[in-house]
Amino acid sequence: MDVAVLDTLAKARADRLPVAVVTEISSGAQEVVAHRYAGEHVLAEALENGFRFDKSGVVSTDKGEFFIHIHNPALRLVIIGAVHIAQALVPMARSAGYDITVIDPRGAFATEDRFPDVTLCADWPDEVLPTVGLDARTGFLALTHDPKVDDPALIAALQSECFYIGALGSRRTQALRAERMKQAGVNPSRICGPVGLDIGARGAPEIAISIMAEMTKALRLGVEK
Amino acid sequence: MNNSDANLLAIAQDWVRGGRKVALATVIETWGSAPQPVGSQLVIDADGNFEGSVSGGCVEGAVVTEAQDAIETGEGRVLAFGVADETAWEVGLACGGKIRVYVEPVIGA
Repeated sequence: MDVAVLDTLAKARADRLPVAVVTEISSGAQEVVAHRYAGEHVLAEALENGFRFDKSGVVSTDKGEFFIHIHNPALRLVIIGAVHIAQALVPMARSAGYDITVIDPRGAFATEDRFPDVTLCADWPDEVLPTVGLDARTGFLALTHDPKVDDPALIAALQSECFYIGALGSRRTQALRAERMKQAGVNPSRICGPVGLDIGARGAPEIAISIMAEMTKALRLGVEK
Repeated sequence: MNNSDANLLAIAQDWVRGGRKVALATVIETWGSAPQPVGSQLVIDADGNFEGSVSGGCVEGAVVTEAQDAIETGEGRVLAFGVADETAWEVGLACGGKIRVYVEPVIGA
């Protein structure tokens, strides 16, 4: 690998651009292919599949074997609500490779003591989210229970491409929330709530596990609707 | 800090900038119950220091040795490990899986 390829990959990661490194295995010859140009590549189909399913692999052609290494943008998790469940969730999400942003306008919650080493915004979500940017490699969680804080953020999430949208609350809360979303003119069907896989979780750490499991399922298998 | 692909590439970049000779090892194919998915990487320097994982610890030793050789000769290579392989008895995958690993020197440092 030429060191220039490493530099290109670092830049793509910083810019959140999906790219692939294509290596001819017999010669070691390499090129970096941006997702947006994948359709014009001789290995277009394999590249498109790789990007879509975040799956690297070897392709055998009559010209030999090629390894397609997909470098999709880093996974990102945006959490609305610097609450106890968020505290339990952050280390799990981090170990699964997520860059984490926690947003909560209540300064007493969004403190560095409670959330070391995450991007912390003590602002209203609707003010912050446009700069954060919710893309297809982003998962989203609304955990405050407070419609004033959660609702504008959920509306933004539902209008984005983010791969997972979870919202804390009972079935009754979810139903009321869904009504408010409809009144605001957005389709609430992508919201996963009550949040998390039903594993009988008790307490914040177990709820965090159930949320991580549900988000992982959405990422790897898609959301069933 | 986790050892995601991107982090490992950043480590490789740092090592190269720091004047170290570096190789990359990447899992390119797996069969059966291989512990690390395709795309998993190991960054190795000429002294045998490494970061990352290609198998969860089963074959890293052998990969590091090959990587050091790749750094010296400038030649990439493909390694195969698994129960069907003769070397499996020495450095095999206890899980019963098979993997292919592409080892390449980082050039132009």
